[in-house]
Amino acid sequence: MAAQRIAIVDYGMCNLDSVRRAFEEVGARPYVTDDPADLDAADRIVLPGVGAFPDAMRSLRSRGLDQALAKQVFHEGAPFLGVCLGMQLMAAIGEEVEETDGLGWIDARCVRFVPTDVDRRVPHIGWNQVTPTVDSPLFVGIPPGADFYFVHSFHVLCADSGDVLATTPYCDVFVSAVQHGQAFGVQFHPEKSQQWGLRLLRNFLAA
Amino acid sequence: MLKVRVIPTLLHKGFGLVKGVRFDSQRAVGSPMQAVKVYNLRNVDELVFLDVTATAEGRGPDLELIDELADECFMPLAVGGGVRSVDDVRSLLAVGADKVVIGTAALRTSDVVREAADRFGSQCVVVSIDCRDGEVCTKSGRVPTGRDPVDVAQMMEELGAGEILLQSIDSDGVMEGYDVETVARVAAAVSIPVIASGGAGTFTHMADVLRDGGASAVAAASMFHFTEQTPMEAKHYLADQGFPVRV
Repeated sequence: MAAQRIAIVDYGMCNLDSVRRAFEEVGARPYVTDDPADLDAADRIVLPGVGAFPDAMRSLRSRGLDQALAKQVFHEGAPFLGVCLGMQLMAAIGEEVEETDGLGWIDARCVRFVPTDVDRRVPHIGWNQVTPTVDSPLFVGIPPGADFYFVHSFHVLCADSGDVLATTPYCDVFVSAVQHGQAFGVQFHPEKSQQWGLRLLRNFLAA
Repeated sequence: MLKVRVIPTLLHKGFGLVKGVRFDSQRAVGSPMQAVKVYNLRNVDELVFLDVTATAEGRGPDLELIDELADECFMPLAVGGGVRSVDDVRSLLAVGADKVVIGTAALRTSDVVREAADRFGSQCVVVSIDCRDGEVCTKSGRVPTGRDPVDVAQMMEELGAGEILLQSIDSDGVMEGYDVETVARVAAAVSIPVIASGGAGTFTHMADVLRDGGASAVAAASMFHFTEQTPMEAKHYLADQGFPVRV
């Protein structure tokens, strides 16, 4: 089978090179683009991102990428993976900086961690365990509770538990992976999570 | 549970890696690419890469080098040295750095930390605070500022820093233990993670600063360059001591 074409969406929020490199490592043909027209050629689409929610949404909208992504994912059936901020943007509303409408693919709000006595440091930075709550092609061959690398201050609160794919214990428990149809999102960085991260990207290529 | 991190630090000067004592007397310790590849194979938690002469030479980060290194790094990479502006932060993130370490420039003007955090998020902004005898210094330890590390750390948190890399110049390269007292003061005063750096010689030193200093992560250079001890062995030791680690 020819290597899959993976469109990595560039909306000016950086961190693209690590994701591109990781997809090369697992045998795909990633390409970085900020042009909605280039998404047509993609077998799969990845929305990476670090940065603030409102800037990111403005940036996606100004390029027409919000519409193009929805079309590819929900009409053309292209599997989608949102990473970190890319997952958060799938939510209906983000609370970072100012309340902002997200892509609205999942019924969720993106909220700041509320520190507890035990977990009082925010951002949540480092390796933490990810436990799938349902069977998912994304986590095939990955032991439940495997450690992935996180670096974030906000997380997604799902109104529909049917969208939840995995959870992680921090400031109580938060949703660390979601799935809605063909659209997946992970709060951690698979491209920076060594063995299990690369396995998850391979799984995404097969999902 | 969130794991404590063990982070090898790579100090770069000119064409190779170096390691010194108290930010001085540097010895060459090899090529950065080789070190990155080895640490990637060894599955370390994270890497810190600091260009120790960039600020002194008045230049920015070596983007070409970072680009090459980041390509081999399937773990988080924090890069610092010579970061002067939000443009430098953007450029480093674009070539694959996951976090950017801001030192001298953070003390000179508060704008770079605030703007970088606003644009790219707090999670990728690490502020390096270098201390000698309880006083914050800049420019690789050459310039004393007269400021207390707790005040500086709190100010940086306020500006949007996501993490503090707290380096003790007195302990650097001496391998006789971290400056636990200063780490404890800073870690108690902020709610962002603190990485303790400077002084690691044994695994016990790491346990001390994690337990008594409240550090979220321990960085070490000399210990990994000049002794047989490895990050994985450190984590096995820490696991035996009851710390959550990724092994």
